[in-house]
Amino acid sequence: MENRPLEYDYTVAKWFMLSTIVLGIVGMLVGVILAWEMAFPAVNTIAGEGLAEYTNFSRLRPLHTDAVIFGFTLSGIFSTWYYIGQRVLKVSMAESKFLMFLGKLHFALYLLVVVAVVGSLLLGITTSKEYAEFEWPIDIAVVVVWVTWGMGIFGLIGIRREKSLYISIWYYIATFLGIAMLYLFNNMEIPTYFASGGIGAWYHSVSMYSGTNDALVQWWYGHNAVAFGFTVPIVAMIYYFLPKESGQAVYSYKLSLLAFWGLMFVYLWAGGHHLLFSTVPDWMQTMGSVFSVVLILPSWGSAINMLLTMKGEWQQVAASPLIKFMVLASTFYMFSTLEGPIQAIKSVNALAHFTDWIVGHVHDGTLGWVGFMIMAALFHMAPRIFKREIYSKSLMGTQFWIQTLGVVLYFTSMWIAGITQGMMWRAHDEFGNLAYSFIDTVAVLQPYFTIRAVGGTLYLVGMFLFAYNMYKTMTSSRRVEESELQNASPMGA
Amino acid sequence: MDIATFQAYGYFFFTAFLVAVLYGYIYHLYSAQKKGTRDYEKYGNIALHDDITDQPIEEISKTDEIKK
Repeated sequence: MENRPLEYDYTVAKWFMLSTIVLGIVGMLVGVILAWEMAFPAVNTIAGEGLAEYTNFSRLRPLHTDAVIFGFTLSGIFSTWYYIGQRVLKVSMAESKFLMFLGKLHFALYLLVVVAVVGSLLLGITTSKEYAEFEWPIDIAVVVVWVTWGMGIFGLIGIRREKSLYISIWYYIATFLGIAMLYLFNNMEIPTYFASGGIGAWYHSVSMYSGTNDALVQWWYGHNAVAFGFTVPIVAMIYYFLPKESGQAVYSYKLSLLAFWGLMFVYLWAGGHHLLFSTVPDWMQTMGSVFSVVLILPSWGSAINMLLTMKGEWQQVAASPLIKFMVLASTFYMFSTLEGPIQAIKSVNALAHFTDWIVGHVHDGTLGWVGFMIMAALFHMAPRIFKREIYSKSLMGTQFWIQTLGVVLYFTSMWIAGITQGMMWRAHDEFGNLAYSFIDTVAVLQPYFTIRAVGGTLYLVGMFLFAYNMYKTMTSSRRVEESELQNASPMGA
Repeated sequence: MDIATFQAYGYFFFTAFLVAVLYGYIYHLYSAQKKGTRDYEKYGNIALHDDITDQPIEEISKTDEIKK
């Protein structure tokens, strides 16, 4: 047997890296089409009346949200896990045939679920629960994928050389456990075909909960899917990649532990803010509101910790587009975790609820924080995985500024649109008659919808630049030696 | 006392208990570092020295192996 030195095995990380890029483009492309449909309704039938069933807003909307959440983001989470997990535990996947098999199985099963999800959503097969649209057979497959990942996580931890689990590992474990719990409880459903003795489609189901209970479980899930999908694993990434890329250890490790437990403690109670002024008990609404405001503390604990990690090293932000991505991601994290609690205050929510301001909030978090951090992570991993430098630094810089402009256009237009919308909905005359009809608001908002579509298109253009840069990095960039890969990633001009 | 009141008290005291645990943990983190019983900050280096050939910051010791 050839006696080679032990190396980390990035096979599975690489596969998930590819699915991150492909599903990111798909999800964001659908999002951009939706944005143009909102601004110009004729786009709904752009492929002809015959195909309108597949191109209209309501058919494509879950495809957008699920592709960016469960496609782009989740692939990014898996890819970074299979990279960071090995490195901070100081153990290679190559050391265990079983773990390697689990990793590959994880990817294969995940792809099957992706195909099933895209197919079923395009055909209009859905449970109608937001972010939980998959019917029961797919839900069961999702659970299998998740358990496979979990076995991989704990298996790798079991054979580690590093005794202490680095803070990122804690966040990945929380992601695994959090989503497992949320997904199982929210997707408790009854297959109608079997329950009714053969009526309707075999794959159809209805939620086990009804009315207010269903709403409560749904938003406990919906909000915490943001927590354990868009926050916790992305924090895991930044706690590893920013220190590694900048060569600076995390500013305060104690603060990172404290922020972790704070986040775990507070986040699960905040979901009630999605149901303010609805039929859930008032005390529950107040609790959702209060916990949302308290949530600023652990969120900012992590974000400030990241910014302080750059203390005395701010020249790196100017010099490296990769650090720029991460510092802006951290800044957007602070920004959206301040904006969210503000929107959860009852008096603010009375204006903001159901308006486009909420859509703006979601997107400054996802585009600015989640998207930027995942792309930065992939940029950092690529030279280590492919042993080549990042193809073009200037292209990366261009992408950064185009996408930043896109995000700014997106959230500013949605702020104005949302607040205008909220004000118009509640305006009334001296007798209490509503001053505007719904279509009045739509006419006023149309220019802002157009600006949003332009912003989204810019972000998508950046995504194509990213994909091109990554493709060139994988295939034709200059080869690098191990010694060039210690901290700052090597980049071509 | 009906069940709802009981739940409300239970919820309040449980939350208060968790808050106390969280503050206790903060106290523990900073006092352990100050007294020198445990240096938490060294774990930040796990990310920086993460080559497979690097010495682990805190190796799984032989005694740990035996315990398993």
